[in-house]
Order: sequence, then C-alpha cells, then structure tokens
Amino acid sequence: MTLDIFLQHLLNALQWGSFYALIALGYTMVYGVLLLVNFAHGDIFMVGAYAGFFIATFLLGQYGFQLPFTLPSWLVLVLTIIGSMTLTAGLGVGIERAAYRPLRERGANRLYVVITALMVGVLLENLNLWRLGGADRGFPQLIRKQIYTVGGVSFTNVKIIVIGLSIVVMLALELIVRRTKVGMAMRAISYDKVAVPLMGIPLNRIIVATFALGSSLAALAGVMYGTAYEVISFDMGIFVGWKAFICAVVGGIGEIRGAVAGGFILAFVEIFVVALGQIPGFQWLSSTYRDLVAFSILLVFLTFRPTGIFGAPRRQKV
Amino acid sequence: MRRYSLPLIIIALFVLTIGGSWLGILDSYIQLVLLYIGINVILTVSLNLVNGYMGEFSCGHAGFMAVGAYVAGILTVWLFAEDKVFGAPVLPIGWAFPLFPITLVIGSIAAALVGLLVAIPSFRTRGDYLAIITLAVNYMVKSSIENMEVIGGPRGFVGMKRVMNAMGDVLDAPWLLIWTFVGIFATIVIIRNFISSTLGKGVEAIREDEIAAEIMGVNTRRTKVAAFMLSCGLAGLAGGLFAHWPGGYINPLMFTFLRSTEVMVMVYLGGMGSITGSIISAILFTLLLELLRPLGVFKWVVIPLLLIVMMLRRPQGIMGSRELTDVFPRLRAFLQPDKEVEGYAPASD
Repeated sequence: MTLDIFLQHLLNALQWGSFYALIALGYTMVYGVLLLVNFAHGDIFMVGAYAGFFIATFLLGQYGFQLPFTLPSWLVLVLTIIGSMTLTAGLGVGIERAAYRPLRERGANRLYVVITALMVGVLLENLNLWRLGGADRGFPQLIRKQIYTVGGVSFTNVKIIVIGLSIVVMLALELIVRRTKVGMAMRAISYDKVAVPLMGIPLNRIIVATFALGSSLAALAGVMYGTAYEVISFDMGIFVGWKAFICAVVGGIGEIRGAVAGGFILAFVEIFVVALGQIPGFQWLSSTYRDLVAFSILLVFLTFRPTGIFGAPRRQKV
Repeated sequence: MRRYSLPLIIIALFVLTIGGSWLGILDSYIQLVLLYIGINVILTVSLNLVNGYMGEFSCGHAGFMAVGAYVAGILTVWLFAEDKVFGAPVLPIGWAFPLFPITLVIGSIAAALVGLLVAIPSFRTRGDYLAIITLAVNYMVKSSIENMEVIGGPRGFVGMKRVMNAMGDVLDAPWLLIWTFVGIFATIVIIRNFISSTLGKGVEAIREDEIAAEIMGVNTRRTKVAAFMLSCGLAGLAGGLFAHWPGGYINPLMFTFLRSTEVMVMVYLGGMGSITGSIISAILFTLLLELLRPLGVFKWVVIPLLLIVMMLRRPQGIMGSRELTDVFPRLRAFLQPDKEVEGYAPASD
C-alpha cells in the first residue's frame, strides 16, 4: 500500500468516522445521564436524514409547490440542517416525554425502559417503511461536487465539509459540556443521581436538554450522510446506528471523548479491512467480513477492557 | 383420576393434533401455524429463564437459534439426503427415525457451546453488557453464515425438505409436529425442574440481589453460565425444529435481530418469570401475527405500539411472575396432584 493510497483511505475513514462519532455521542450522552441504552437512537438518525430530505426537496420546489423565489443552494443546505436538527430534537424529546419519562417516574425497572426504547426504534423504522415504502431515495445534491487532487490523493469538497463540520460540532459540544451550566449539570447527574436534585438542579429539564442535543447531532449526521452518499433508505438506522453504538461502547459508554475516539477507530478498522482485501496476498479478507470484524472488536474490548478506552472502572458498593 | 389429569391432557392434545393432521382434518396451513406456535413456545420459555427468572437482558436469541438450525439441518441433509455439497446420503432413510431427535440434540449442544463462549466474557462484567454482547453475537452468527459459501452463504441452505419427504414416504405421519410436541414438553419440564432445583433458586436469588446472593454462598458466575447455556441450548432445539419446516430452506435473514425482538416481546408480554405466561403469550402472539399478516408492514407498526402501551399500562405483562395455578388455585389440584398446596400463598409481584 503506497502512501497516497493510504492517505486516500484515511480520508474516507475520517468521513465515515464522523458519522459514527456524531451518532455515538447521542448514545453516550443519554447513557451518561440516564444509564439507558437508547436503542431508538439509530432510527432517530434515520428520521433526521428523512426530515432533511423532505425539507430540502420542499425548499427546492420539487413537490409541485414552488417558492416565489429561488434560494441559493448553500442557503438551502443551511436551512435543511437547521430544520432537520430542530425537528429531530423535537422527536427525541417527544419520545422521552411520551415513553421514557412515565416509566421513570413510576420507578419502573430499568429493563422496561430498555425494551420500550427497542420498540420505539422498531416502530420508527416500520412507520417509515409503511408510509414511504422500502425504496431508496436520492438525496438532493445541495453542494456541487468538485474533485481536487493533491499529490495523488483525490478528495471532494463534500468530504472536507463533512469532516470539518463534524469536528467543529464536536468541539462545540465539548465546550457546552465543560463550560455551560447545562453541561455541568449533565456531568453532575452522571456522577451522582441522588444528590443532584437535592442541589436544586432540575433533573427533567437536563434530561430533555440531553435528548435534544443528542437527537440534533444524529440529525446533522443524517443530513450529511445524505449529502455525502446521495442515497438514504429506511434501514440506514439499523446498521449505521448499531455500529455507532459499538463505537460508544469501545470508547467507554458515558464518555464524550470516548464516543469520538471509538467512532474514528471503528471507521479506520472497517475501511482498512475493505482496503486490505484489495491487496494481493490478502484477498481471503473479503469485504463481507467487515461487519464480522467490527463486532469481533466489540467482543474483544468487552472481554479485556469492559469499560472501554476512556471509561474508568466503577466499584460496586453494597 | 386427578393424579393422571395432567398426562391425560397432554396425551389428548397430542392425539388430537397428530391424529387430526394424519386424517387430513387439519390442513397444512393450520399445521404450519401449530409448528410456529410450538417453536415460539420453546423460544419464549427458554428466553424467560434468562430475561425473566434471572433478570438479565439477553437480546440475541435468534443467533443461538440459527446455530441450532444450521447444525441440525446440515446433519440431517448430510446423513439422509442427496445433496450437491455432501453427496449421496450416508445412511439409509430408515435410520432417520431414531437419529432425527439426536441431530436436534446435537444442534442444541452446539448452540449451548456458543452460549458458553458468550457467557464467559459477558458475566465477568456489569449487567448491561450481556445485552450488548448477545446483540453482537446475533450479528456475528448471521454474518459468519453469510460468509460460508459451503452452506449457501446469504442465499441460504436447502435440502431439509427432501429428508422430511423421505421420512413421510416411509411412514406417513406429521413427523415434524410430533417432534415439536416432544420438544415443547421437554422444554417445559426441563425449565420447570431447573427453576425448582438448587441452581434455579440461585437464579432467582441473583435476580433479587446479586451481591446478597453471592454473600449467601450462591456461586453466581457458575449459576449464570449454567442458566444461560441451558437457555441457548433450548433455543438451538427450536432452531433445529424450525430448519425442517415445510418451506424446506433456511437463510441468515430468518435469524436477524428482529426475530430476537419477537421472542423478547413474547417473554415480556407473558410476564417475566412465568412459564404458563410465556406459553399463553407465545400462542396469542403467534396467532396475532397470523391474523395481522394481511396488514403487511403495518403489522410491525401495531406490534411495537402495543408493547409500548403495555409497558406504560401493565408492565408486568399478562401473568406477571405468577403461574396459571396462582391465578386459579383450583387448577392446582389438577396440574400439581402430588403437591401439598394447603396454606401456600404465592408471592405477589
């Protein structure tokens, strides 16, 4: 593998890892606050992509309804991202209010909340399949793709925007969690759930904020996924979502930095499994082994370092 | 008379089903639904051991089912049928009658061994991790099968129909239904006896409080591994039976996470820690799936909604942790004739 091919794969892995990391952040934030594996999160990512699709096609006037003026496509992209993030944040908060909070307030077993989350995921996916059909949809191209070549490595402007935007968003999230009152409250809740309400921190409001933040990050990932790969489908939440969950666990679930690190690590591994299969001598490593390798990494991590890369072991007290 | 009431009920059901299908009263569709019900009962009762009685959260039951299905299916095809990959049948078809249940048992053992592989890492760590690991194993099993071209890869594995047809040619009887019946009976007896054994009491102690159980001398790790392996083995049995369904083929898409979800739904619908609840919910749920079949995809909108509403309104499921005999104490005289039941108060949830 020469250096330029390596760099080429590295760029692909960075883009792929951005999606994983953005979705994994939602898993990890909800887990940090509620100790709940929000199994519906992968499908929230899917809903985000579809919300983006409908907003973009609406703004572009592809529904027989023409806006009285034409918007420049960069403005459409910005409006799509903002609109999709808002709608999806609303959905995440709505799910929390309708399904999770009543269970939590009744003091139900945590298992029941997990099952409810699983069911919400299945519901979202099949609602989509039922109303919109199983066919893939072409995501409108809002950025004209340009291919640049620097020293044998070629990349599109979309790739650079995806990677840059997600890094900016992750840094912003780190700032929110470290510097703002809401972020401080989130960290406090994951540290001690009993003492936090006693200190006058509104628990439910913080939980709502967590769901809104996590869901809007997933929506951002959804819109960018559509822009980068041009195709969205009803089952995109299953595989990308589950893999993002692996990333969260590998990084140490509950840890923000862990989710980002896990996302990029898994993306590197996956891209390089596929890339190695193309090199003579490694052809037994077919690209169909990608998922097998991803899940094996998860198992190895859980066996030897169950708290993930960044997670600290917690001692159980009697 | 009361002493024999339970065996009599079982024999009557057995004779009615088998006789009915032999005489042609039950058409092939009803037989298929009966087969589905039987397989779902085995799956639900076995998963209830881990998710209900032990209070853990295993969500990859379909993966273990797939192991059992492929092992048993490959064995019967290799032994008794002409196949492209395995060549001529190894044994004459007459051997199929005694050896068929043995292939099912081998399939179950294979599934239990995979379960052991899963149990070793996952029970060293915190509770949530079993959910994650079983989920991963479900995908890994599916992905491994898809990568094995010898057994059909993603296209699936065929040939079991030839075995069943050959058995039917020798002696015309609904062989699969007979073995499903035996499988259900064996599963219920095994789980019931396991629960009332010393090891089973340990399982329930772990659900209530793991640390307290350990202090009281329960070997929690061994107990968990044993219960998990038993559960996986029985899932393998269900898979082995499913591999021989009249459709005659199995493919990896039949053992996805959605299948595991179905089994989980049945467990929680019936009630965690109730065998009769699991049986009732498996029967009701399978019938519901068949009734909703005309709705197509919409079926999978109704089912999760149903379960979400149930979680909000009646989270303990149909039976909670009670058995049918706790709800209708008079049944106890018929169903548990040898037990002294006076003054026994079941624990309510």
